[in-house]
Parts: sequence; structure tokens; C-alpha cells
Amino acid sequence: MPHRITSARKLMQGNEACVHGALYAGCRFFGGYPITPSTEIAEGMARLLPKCGGHFIQMEDEIASMASIIGASLTGTKSMTATSGPGFSLMQENIGYAYITEVPVVVVNVQRGGPSTGLPTKIAQADTMQARYGTHGDYQAITVAPASVRECFEQTVKAFNFAERFRTPVTMLTDEVLGHMREMITIPESGELEVVDREKPDVPHEWYHHFEITPTLVSPMASMGDGYRYHVTGLVHDQDGFPTANPNEIKAKMDKLRNKIVRFADEVTQLDVEMVDDAGIVVFAYGTTARAARQAVHMAREKRIRAGLIRPITIWPFPDDQLRELLAHVRRVLVVELNQGQLIHEIERVAPKTCKVAGLTRYDGEVLNPVEIFKRILEVK
Amino acid sequence: MTTAREHKTHRDSKSHKVPKDDRYEVRLSGSGGHGVILACVMLARAIGTDPRRNVVLTQSYGPEARGGAVRADLVMAKGAIFYPKTMKLDLLLTFTQEACDKYCQDLKPDGLLVVDSTMVTKVPIKNSYGFPFIRLAREKVGHPMVANVIALGAIAELTGIVPREAIRAIVKEFAPKGTEEKNLKALQVGFDVAKKAKRK
Repeated sequence: MPHRITSARKLMQGNEACVHGALYAGCRFFGGYPITPSTEIAEGMARLLPKCGGHFIQMEDEIASMASIIGASLTGTKSMTATSGPGFSLMQENIGYAYITEVPVVVVNVQRGGPSTGLPTKIAQADTMQARYGTHGDYQAITVAPASVRECFEQTVKAFNFAERFRTPVTMLTDEVLGHMREMITIPESGELEVVDREKPDVPHEWYHHFEITPTLVSPMASMGDGYRYHVTGLVHDQDGFPTANPNEIKAKMDKLRNKIVRFADEVTQLDVEMVDDAGIVVFAYGTTARAARQAVHMAREKRIRAGLIRPITIWPFPDDQLRELLAHVRRVLVVELNQGQLIHEIERVAPKTCKVAGLTRYDGEVLNPVEIFKRILEVK
Repeated sequence: MTTAREHKTHRDSKSHKVPKDDRYEVRLSGSGGHGVILACVMLARAIGTDPRRNVVLTQSYGPEARGGAVRADLVMAKGAIFYPKTMKLDLLLTFTQEACDKYCQDLKPDGLLVVDSTMVTKVPIKNSYGFPFIRLAREKVGHPMVANVIALGAIAELTGIVPREAIRAIVKEFAPKGTEEKNLKALQVGFDVAKKAKRK
């Protein structure tokens, strides 16, 4: 059943836009456990999914929520959950299960202050590295981070597209301010945004390998009940999904997990670049913080300071090559984030020697405002 | 590499001329239960009915379900709104003395302060209006719950940031079934008291 919504301009919260984006992308299952500041996503899904022929289950906790969406996705249903820091921590074990079993799912983390229960109603960007390295073992994460209500919609669609294209879990990182922020949004018409569906096998049943190593390294995915036989386990497995201790098969599996994303990273990289061509100093920030940073960059330009902005919309995989190119002629880069310094280490890793890296952080539950960022630009320029 | 949305205006000119900001910033504040967030949502909706205007609404609240300081911040502009929170307020509405004391310093020098005069007795600046919103709600409409709608009517009238018809349509849309008349009456009370106060 299609998801219908009038395409008039509406005032909508980031969390609501995320719900509509998921339905637009074809999500028809949500298993979750409500938590501030993500609860509006669960509420919206509970209300709208049944109307679209989908299903909503409130699970007993976040561990079960994650398990439920993996199971639902294995039946061929696009599935999602939404949470915040404490729930994201509980989900990590099963997120790892989704990585190794190559099940496409979308996890939205509306970030709040932490660790632990932390600051339920306050903003933070402190789960940036958790989105990359949260679960154990070697794997490549895909993480998108919108900065406006419109982008909450678009990036939820993208998150599903990436998940389906690469057969992998995808995280969307928003934050308390963005989740609860209201802006006018015109919901895209059906067909306006690209929607990607997972590749299905078209071979005879007996030829099918659920984890076949293909040229793109992504294997066509049969749904449970389609008649194809396969095994699903968290143990490292062979092409049919059965556990293996053969070093060659282990290496092949691990290389597949890595290279299916690393080799095609250009497909997921999204950067918003403004006024960098002649910039002496570039501010690097994502999400809500990037909006304050953009304002600060404009304030600097008014004072004839050649400032620019780089905003990663896809945070993971980190856009190494693109940044090396963009920062080649930049003397200073200022990394602005709402944590004690996380992405700054990535920038230090990729910035050329000619480019000095400085940081500006805040972790008291408040957003960084443009004046603070502008002052820091003056200090380090 | 995808470089999404380089802003067109800045792409063409080498000088990177930045357009002047026309931000107008509003904060509605009070305690949990005063309905300030809902009032601000209605205001944002009414402003947003004009397709030439952008509006962003953010909110701040504590973990309590009732009580606790609550505020809703609204930014409107003709151009793009980058920073979504407020920086210097053009208009501040407060339902409590605590919020008034705390946020008054965030007003621009020529910013306007509107208070509930039964709750806020010490008004720190001159450019202000006081109306007994909660008492008016009880006496003129018969229910203290519509105090936020009266306040909405008053600030719409005082500032002209949104046309009467637009706000009327939104209040009607938001009113729970059976309370439309009460809410519209409350809005009218707000228009009337503000108009009277302006004339003085």
C-alpha cells in the first residue's frame, strides 16, 4: 500500500520527517523501544505503518528491537528502529550481527548527552565514533547525518538506499535539537527521490548462495520463504552461511565485508561545501552544529575573512580523498563538534601537513552558537 | 564526489558577498503546562502559511512532565535560516518571573517584552506590555487553559508579525473538537486587549 501524504508545505519536526522519509523509502516494519529524544519517530511509525500495510511492534528493550528488525528484513521487509544513546549502546551486539549476516536495516540515533542515561533532553554529538566503532570486530560503517528537517526526510531515504544497495546496517545520526526542530517542508512527490531495493536472486534454487562473492561483492538476497535455502549465523561463514574455520574462507568473508563498501565509497560520500575555493580557514562540522558554523562563516565573510565550510552529510565512511583535495590549499581547519573531540582526530589524520588543525568543542548540553564559532575563527585564522 | 548544494548565490561571485540578515527572533517562555510550545507551534504554522517566509522552531525543556522551565524559540526570515536557535530576541513573552529575569538580557536593545502581569510583577525594562493572560482566560473565556491563545493574539496584534486571519485559521485547526469557539474567543480577547494597550 503506498504511503500518501499531501504535498503541501507543512511545519514538521525532524523526527516526523524521518518517519515520512522511512515510509517513502518503503519501510514497512518498525521494532523499537521509545526513548527521549527519539520517541516521536516510534509514535509516528505506530500511527502510520498500519495505514500503509506495515507493522509496528514495541519491543521489551533495544536489544530485542534490533533483533526484530533484522528478522523482519530477512523476510524481505525494509525495516528500521530509532533510539538515542543508551538504546544505541544496547543495540550494538545485534548491529554486529547485521554486519556479519549482511542484513540491510536502518538505525536512527537521535543523539543526547551521555554516557549512560546522561542528558535525556539535551543535545550532544558524542556518539559520532560509536556509529563507526560501536560493535566489536572489523567492519565498515555507513552513517549519514542530516542538518535540517528536509534533510531528515531525504537522508532517511538515502539510509535505506545505502542499506539495500550494500546489504548492511546504516546509521542515521541526528540530535535532540534537530529531532525536535520544526521547519516548513514540502514532502517530495512519489518518484521525485530515488528509492533503491535490494537485489533478488534470479538463479535456480539449487544454484543460490546467500553470501556469494559477486563482482560488486554484494550478494543477491533471497527472502526467507522465497524457496531458496540458506543459513544465517553470527559465526564467520562460507558462501552458504555455514560456519567455517577455513582461513581462506574467513579472509574472503572479511574482505567482502570491507571491500563491498570501501571500493564503492564514492557512491555514499555526500559533502556540502561552501566558499572553500578561496578560503584560508575552513570550518568542519556536521548536523545542527554545521548550521551554527555556516552562520559563523558568513559572519566572517562580512568581516572580509576568507572562511569556508565543509559539512559531511555522510560521516562514515570518512571522505578521506575528497578532504585531502579540498584542504590542499587551506591553511587552517577548525573542527567544531558537540563532544570532547571526536571527528578532529579524523581531520588530523587526513589534513595535509600545510594545514593546521584546531578544534572547538562544547559538551554541556547546549549548542555552539555562531558567535562562539566566529570568535574561535578569529583566534585561529 | 558529490558536492551537494553549493549555495548558488556564493558560487558565481568570487567576492562571496553575504546578503544582509533579516532574522526576526521570538521566544515564548513559562513553566510546563502553560502551553508555550503549542502556542509557538501555532505561531510558526501561521507564519509558514506565507510561502515567502522561512521559519524554524526549537524548544527547550527539562525531563519533568509538568513544571520546570520551558521555552520555545522561533526564528523567521525571508532568506535561508542557518543557525536555528535565537541569538538576540526581537520579542520575548514570559509567563513567569523566573523566565523574565533569566531571558530579559537576551532581548535586543529595542526588543519588546510581553509578560503575564499577574505572574510577573517586576518588569526590568521599559519597552514592555503586561496583560493578565491567565486571569483574562478565566474571566472572559471561562477556562485558564486558553491563556496561551490569548497571549498569541496579543503578540500578533502588538507586532504584526502575522496577519489576524492566518493566526485565526491555525488556532481553529489546532483546537480540540468542541473547543473551537472558546479558542477563537480567546484569540479575539488577545487582539482586543493588545489593541487597547497600543492606543494608550
